[in-house]
Parts: sequence; C-alpha cells; structure tokens
Amino acid sequence: MKRNVLLIAILLIIACALPFVVSNYRTFQLTLVMVYATALLGLNILTGYNGQISLGHGAFYALGAYCAAILMDQAGAPYWATVPVAAAVCLVAGFLFGLPALRLEGLYLALATFALGVAMPQLLKYDHLAKWTGGVQGIVIAKPEAPFGLPLNADQWLYFFTLAITVAMFVLAWNLLRGRIGRALVAIRDQHIAAEAMGIDSALYKSAAFGVSAMYTGVAGALSAIAIQYVAPDSFNIFVSIVFLVGIVVGGLASISGALYGALFIQFVPNLADEISKAAPWAIFGVFMIGFVYLMPTGVAGAIRLLLAKRRSSP
Amino acid sequence: MKAKLATLAAMAALAASPAHGQKKYDPGASDSEIKVGNTNPYSGPASAYGTIGKTIAAYFKMVNEQGGINGRKVNFITYDDGYSPPKTVEMARKLVEQDQVLFLFQTLGTPPNTAIHKYMNMRKVPQMHVATGATKWDDPKNFPWTMGWQPNYQTEAKIYAQYIMKEKPNAKIGVLYQNDDYGKDYLKGLKDGLGAKAKSMIVAEVSYEVADPTVDSQIVQLQASGADVFFNVTTPKFAAQAIRKAYDIGWKPMHFLNNVSTSVATVLTPAGLEKSVGLISTAYIKDPTDKQWANDAAIEKWRVFMKKYYPDGSLTDNSNVYGYTVAITLHQVLRQCGDNLTRENVMKQAASMKDFPIDTLLPGVTIRTGGGDFAPIESVQLMRFDGKQWERFGKVLVSGG
Repeated sequence: MKRNVLLIAILLIIACALPFVVSNYRTFQLTLVMVYATALLGLNILTGYNGQISLGHGAFYALGAYCAAILMDQAGAPYWATVPVAAAVCLVAGFLFGLPALRLEGLYLALATFALGVAMPQLLKYDHLAKWTGGVQGIVIAKPEAPFGLPLNADQWLYFFTLAITVAMFVLAWNLLRGRIGRALVAIRDQHIAAEAMGIDSALYKSAAFGVSAMYTGVAGALSAIAIQYVAPDSFNIFVSIVFLVGIVVGGLASISGALYGALFIQFVPNLADEISKAAPWAIFGVFMIGFVYLMPTGVAGAIRLLLAKRRSSP
Repeated sequence: MKAKLATLAAMAALAASPAHGQKKYDPGASDSEIKVGNTNPYSGPASAYGTIGKTIAAYFKMVNEQGGINGRKVNFITYDDGYSPPKTVEMARKLVEQDQVLFLFQTLGTPPNTAIHKYMNMRKVPQMHVATGATKWDDPKNFPWTMGWQPNYQTEAKIYAQYIMKEKPNAKIGVLYQNDDYGKDYLKGLKDGLGAKAKSMIVAEVSYEVADPTVDSQIVQLQASGADVFFNVTTPKFAAQAIRKAYDIGWKPMHFLNNVSTSVATVLTPAGLEKSVGLISTAYIKDPTDKQWANDAAIEKWRVFMKKYYPDGSLTDNSNVYGYTVAITLHQVLRQCGDNLTRENVMKQAASMKDFPIDTLLPGVTIRTGGGDFAPIESVQLMRFDGKQWERFGKVLVSGG
C-alpha cells in the first residue's frame, strides 16, 4: 500500500516536470494521452468493471466536445467552466441511454451503442442544429492562455489544466471502484442473478454505470475540444469508438492503470505504424494489436501485475 | 575545429551584413535542403485521395534526381492523418515544431485544413496550396499564410447557374448533393448564382451520405419533383449511380455534373458511355482517360514520369495528374524564391505567379495570383460529353467576373 502511494507520488512529480523538459509538441501529445486516458477510464468502468460492451462511446466523446465548443462559441463561456457542464450533460445523456439499453444484453447492447456511434456524426451535421454545431464546418475555438501571469506557455498551461482534471477523475474512479459500488458492478458482470439475490439493484447500477462512464468520456471530449481548438463531425466518426475499445482491451480490462497504458497505445502506435508503412498503416497497427493481445492477454496492466507477482513469489 | 571556426566566422559575417548575404533562410531551409511538410489520408474513409501525396513525393524524387531546385534537394515529409482533424493538428504540429519544415503544402481536406488554419497563421508558417475546393482559403487579409489552388466549388456552381439562366430561364432545378461541406458549398454557389430566382427555380434538394449504398431512391424522388434540370453534386461512385439510374428510369433533364466526377474511366464508363451523352460539366485539368488527350505531349510526359517514379500509381486516376500539376506549381514557386528561402518570401512568390502555364492544365488555364488574390486557378471551361469524350465549348471562363 505504502509502496503504491510512493509510486504514484513519483509518477506525479515526473508528470509535473515533463512539460519543462520536452518540446511543446510533445507536451501537446502528452495532453492528448491524458485526454484519452480519461475517456478510456470511462469506458473501462462500463465494459471492464460492469461487463456492458459499448461500441458507441465516441458519441459521448463528441457530445462532451460539442458542449464545450458551443458554450465557448455561442455563450462566450470560459473554457474551464465548460468541463463540468459537459460532465453533467453526458451523465444525464448516458443515464437516459442506459435505461432502454438495460433490456439489451451482450452483443445486442453492442449493436445499440454502435448505432449511436454511427448516428452521431450525422446528427451533428443536421440542418436544424447547424446554428449551434456549425454543421459540417464545425466550430473553431480560441486557445486558452495561462492565467494569473503564470510563466507558462499555452501548451504547458493546457497540459497542467488537463493533468489536474485527469488526476481528479482517476482519484474519483479509484474511490468509486474499490468500495461497495465497485464490488457491486463486478458482481453484476460476473453473475447478475447472484448479485440480485444479494440485494443489488441491478437495473439502477447498470444505468448508473452507463451514466458515469458517459460522464468520464464527455469530460475527455470537452478537454480534447479545448486542446485541439476545433470540433467537426469528421473528428468523431465510428472509428473513435472502436479505437477506445481497442485501448481498454490493450491497456487491461477492469484496471484503472490500464486506461493510461491504453491511452499511450492509441496515441503513439498509429504514428509508429505510419512511419513504418504509408501503404498500409492500419495493417501494421493490426500487427501491433495482435502482438499485444497474444503476448499480454490480460492487457498491459495485467502483464505488469503478473510480472510483479512473479518477482514477489521468487525472492 | 578549424572548419568549425571558419563556418562560425562565415555565419557571423552573414549575420552582420544581411545586405551582402544573399542567402536567407528560415527553419527548414539550408544550402542543401528544403523541408516541405504534408498530411494526406493514407488510411480511413478518404484514403482514395492518398495517391495525391504519393504522386507529389514521386515528383520531388524526380526533381532531386535531376539536381534539385537551385541546387537544393526537396525533403518532402508526409504523414497520415486519416482525414481526422485532431490527427491533422497533431501532425501539423509535428511537422512545424519537431521536423521544422519550411512550410506545409497540399494538406488535404476541408475539415483537416480548417483545424490547422488558425495555428498556421498564428505561427506564420505557410499553409500552401491546400487540397480542397472550399472558398475560404482565398482570404489574404485575414489569413495571409494560407493559399488554395484548385478552382473553388462555389465558383464552379455559379458558372452553371449563369449558363442555366441564359439557356433555360424557366428551368425547374433538382439538386442531389453530398451532405458535407463540399456538397453544401456547391449548393450555396448555385443559389448565389441564381440570386433572387433561386427559391422559385430550385424545386427539389436531396442529399445523401458518403456511407449510403446507393442514391437510386434520391433520383426517383428528383424525377417525381418534375425537375427538368439536374444539378448533380456527387463523388465518383455516386455520380456513376446517379447517371445510370436517371437514364434507366427515363428521366432526361439537362444534366450538370460537378467537376469532381468527370473522369471517363472511373465515372462515365461504369455508368455507361451511352447513358452519359449530354452531360455538362467544367474542367481545368486534362483527364488522362479522355481520348482527346491520348496522344497529348504533356499527358505522355506524365505517363513516363508515373511509370518511372510511381509505378504502383494508376494511369487512369485523375488525382495523379492533379498531384503532378500541383507539384509543378510548387516547383515554380521555389524556383522563384531563389536563395531567399524565408517563409515570407515563399508566400510572396506564391502570390506573384503571372499566368504561369502548366501543360497538364487545359489550354488557356494558367496559374495566376496576386497580393490580394490567393486563388491560383480561377478559370474553367464548360464541356459536354458526346458519348466518347468531353467536348469543350465556349471560352475559358474566369470566375468572379
């Protein structure tokens, strides 16, 4: 336990030092990694812990991003105020979507969420919403500068802003998942009849898991909009949802740290694949994916856990 | 050590007397190299366009083999953005901040370019000859570091509108368009061109999504609207479907096909050449599959280039002529820059092209820019399909006028 706290403290110190060591471009990439990590954590709560498969989390990501962009563009809201609003909107949207989805199990739920993911880009283009969404042209937003005269450039400030929110979201998830609620979610995933027999309100927990999961992804969406400074329907095609799923599986299902590994994977491996081959970058990406799944069937987080356990058992 | 000192001294001398130092460089340029950055969709839904990036890379490979430009090799660095705006932002930043390119060239797609529009202008790095027909790239006042290349969609649509007003003033127009920025730009151009009469003349507007399997039902819908002019704003696959379906159900309107889909090989042949008779469109560049250019010297030269430097590339794909032609444009810009390879001078030279001719463009079409004119190609010519090839008619039309 103590060792874990120490480890996290060291990680945090490194995270705080990084933007002063690496270039602005790398800082920006690391900001994106944290954005993805938050999104993946959300999906992991739903899929990893609660066993509900979602192929449409890109839709909540888009919803969060558009919430932030529209608030800044139309209402002139400050960027930091858009994050809690995006969180609230996505929490409600996720909860409401979770209610009818309760009737769907496994693959059927996957299909329903897939439909949501496919529909989202078109909904964003919808003529009557175009007044707010900017239609196909999307919305361009301004980049936030560091406040209070802090000696940070825009990229560094954005990094720390994102870092603070990401850490808060991870702490929140940790509190949520290691206690009664987390155990209930896992119980429903593993044996929902037994869970109900023990007095767990399966329906409520499942919709709540959907809502919380959507909230995480929505916060990530809002952060991504602020970091990229632009939202458009083309940014949120169905591929985003699929890549999120890839991220949690590669990172490690039902693992909080797995979200971070998954985020590193989906941020950097496509770039690596592109550098290896322009002709077939996704084929290379596929090779990486198969390699990871074969070598680490429980994700990166699982592999690390195994490795540590082995070291401990053989002194 | 001595050599180092000598270079240092030389550099100091250069810095001290900029008037004598004729060579001026910004990041990305040196005595031996010019670094040019690019993003293209090599993966994802728009990956068919990725061939443009490959053609440009092949072109500069050829230029380098022939000695480069003013003795400098062109280092063309291109990354995959999968047509996803967030990825484009990341890659553009990588090119500018990490690879330190002199400028970006031919970044592809309207949403990807919109995503980096502000960034490039804030950084004062040229966003040169972007590969999109949107109208907003020609805005030197607000965005002095961004320049388009091809004729824009709205201009083209206005030319059709003028033609309709003249030839068929009582037309009932049915429009089929792709539900995105490209489709809507055309629609806006048509409406602007028709002016006050747009409301009464356009009797039906129907859209489709890129993911749709066919546009058959849309065509039936348009026929039922009673339209006698069909404005067809579709990409190649859908254009072929639309032409075929309209013919098969016996709908014979005056049919305008957007320039995006005029390829004989990839659109008209699959649709059926006999079904394509009478189509009206515009062109600014030579189509390698059009019979009238079969023995054209410029197209022949392009074929030789393709076979040697890009053997995997298709000889029937218009995009490859496009990539070749836009690369020639940049070649000329860099030649004009001489030894003054600053970002400012690159923009300045790009904005001073006085009717530069390129032989793969149609006769009469040239590259023309100026301090307030960031739209290199503004002239197009109307043409009609006669069942075998496109017959150009009328004079080369300059838009805006």
